[in-house]
Amino acid sequence: MRKLRVAILAGTVVVIGAAIATYMLSHKGYLPEPKPVPEGARALSPTTQVIARGEYLAQAGDCVACHTEPTGKPFAGGRAMPTPFGNIYVPNITPDDETGIGQWSADDFYRAMHTGVTRNGTLMYPAMPFASYTKVTREDCDAIFNYLQSVTPVKQKNRPHELRFPFNRRDLLVGWRALYFKEGEYEPDPTQSTQWNRGAYLVQGLGHCSMCHTAINALGGSREAQAFEGGMIPNQNWYAPSLTSNREAGLADWSIEDIVALLQRGISMRATVYGPMAEVTYNSLQYMTDDDAEAMAVYLKTLPQRDSEGPPPSSARLVQPSVMESGRRNYEKQCAMCHGGEGKGFPPAFPPLAGNQSITMSSPVNSIRMVLNGGYAPGTRKNPRPHGMPPFSHILNDEEAAAVVTYIRVAWNNTGTPVTPAQVNELRKLLPE
Amino acid sequence: MGPRSNFRPDPSSSHCRAVSFLVRGCLLLIGVLPAHAQQEAVPSYRAIDSLEARVQGCVTCHGQSGQGTSNGYFPRIAGKPAAYLYNQLVAFRDGVRQYPPMNYLVAYLPDAYLREMAEHYSKLRPAYAPKEPVPADPQLLPRGKTLATEGDAARQIPACVTCHGTTLTGMNPGIPGLVGLRSAYIAAQLTRWRVGDRRTAEPDCMKRIAGRLSERDVASVAAFLAQQEAPADAAPESPNFVRMPLACGSQR
Repeated sequence: MRKLRVAILAGTVVVIGAAIATYMLSHKGYLPEPKPVPEGARALSPTTQVIARGEYLAQAGDCVACHTEPTGKPFAGGRAMPTPFGNIYVPNITPDDETGIGQWSADDFYRAMHTGVTRNGTLMYPAMPFASYTKVTREDCDAIFNYLQSVTPVKQKNRPHELRFPFNRRDLLVGWRALYFKEGEYEPDPTQSTQWNRGAYLVQGLGHCSMCHTAINALGGSREAQAFEGGMIPNQNWYAPSLTSNREAGLADWSIEDIVALLQRGISMRATVYGPMAEVTYNSLQYMTDDDAEAMAVYLKTLPQRDSEGPPPSSARLVQPSVMESGRRNYEKQCAMCHGGEGKGFPPAFPPLAGNQSITMSSPVNSIRMVLNGGYAPGTRKNPRPHGMPPFSHILNDEEAAAVVTYIRVAWNNTGTPVTPAQVNELRKLLPE
Repeated sequence: MGPRSNFRPDPSSSHCRAVSFLVRGCLLLIGVLPAHAQQEAVPSYRAIDSLEARVQGCVTCHGQSGQGTSNGYFPRIAGKPAAYLYNQLVAFRDGVRQYPPMNYLVAYLPDAYLREMAEHYSKLRPAYAPKEPVPADPQLLPRGKTLATEGDAARQIPACVTCHGTTLTGMNPGIPGLVGLRSAYIAAQLTRWRVGDRRTAEPDCMKRIAGRLSERDVASVAAFLAQQEAPADAAPESPNFVRMPLACGSQR
């Protein structure tokens, strides 16, 4: 049922235009450390400051992405979350007394975030990332609660989930929780810096990055030992790359500057975010302060590198000359204008393909998707007018698309393997969802 | 090279069968278009830090200048009123207008940028593609002409030209030009409106009109509109000269 949690990123969302107020306290420690309040902000009451911090933390947790329908009122819920087990309908978390969380107390809210148990005692489905949110401190939970109580209440009844048997039986969640849920606030690692701990706190807690970047099993669960090792995102047909492998999205040899740019802007000199990660950047990461984005980068860069597989042997990388020629021809005609004859791109506008881990990693799913459907990087505060790539699904047939993806995976000393027309066809039938 | 299945309307829905012959007619047309039509859909730009480079995400379907491509289902967008284009981009982003390839592409783009894109294409005036050859059923044309130029008073269907402009180049701020569109696209959109798939700001005048059209009306008016020559001045009309027969939310 871990899959439910992962599926939480599906679809598009209305953006909340609220920028972080300039008076926002930025915090360096894993626990917020109030900085001297800037001159112009002195008039703000403590209540206002808590609510502003709660708003920021709600953005860090990307609450709006799931709890708001594309054209609906913020946090009013109702959004259908397709999962392998049926549809989940996200609840209303506006402070409406009848249909929202207007009658909840701060204790109720903390229990929900920390233990995945709602006010009336029912167990939450793990589509709600409480296994990550359990790491959030009481103080931060309270700030988020105060913020949610301050938004406009919306009277909108929650819609019952449409889950198949046996997944519609909440009592079975007891078993799931025994296997995959460990309650507990984040424990700082005393051997690491305050900055590293702040980054770990955000990544493991509110960021709930492991929802997508950790492989999930048939029960929708995932093991902590495999944290951040990557996996397919159910119902979305995107591959969330491993953050612990330099053959995928491991960041060990990235500069902090590039990681911060990728998280905050959605573009960098090395890669660009698309698909579900573009949504995370759009709704959440672009609002992170420079200090917090850097803390996350510092932590992500130190994730243990444990490549489960070595680079593919040269025998696996053999490509038929005719396929290579077809790929090269279409690359020159359609791709080289933006990605350059040598695959170096024109970063950060157009990402490089040569040496790009997301091109060469063993799953070709994302590369095939990009060729078929194109994509725009998210429009963010620091990159509000992103460049985009057009779809080619109507121009290249399966053989041609497979050849061009093969070409970019093996040309310029790239260490990827060939893809087959069948792999392209499979995604063509599914996409865009 | 024809469109792939995921770029066509869902073939399982009944209303699509009604226009499938038009789509097939369009596929035939693709075979006879000159080679340069394809070239105009290949990514190309002069300066990387330009809007021209930023909108390369549009060109394989809508052409380098928004003139449309040989695929009849991808509309010409150049010269349509900026507010119309902006409304469509926002509707695609928010899922109000559903077409998965577009919904996906613009999902995470902010209002200001979508407005800039809309204004960019509204100002372009590329040459029009040659009009479509006569459709398989020339019987459709007289009925199409009547609907487009006179309407059908008995059924309270206003003429297309009343709001979309006497030369079919649209009306500012929110009504699109129809000239230069292919019959497959027009028929598919009217059909989507008839069945409630496509909608716009209330009061939704096109919903009222499309609901009064029969399937044959749709095919007729689409066939006729796709035959019309582009005028020398392709600019949309000003809204000041017309009292519209139906109230339209997109004009407010």
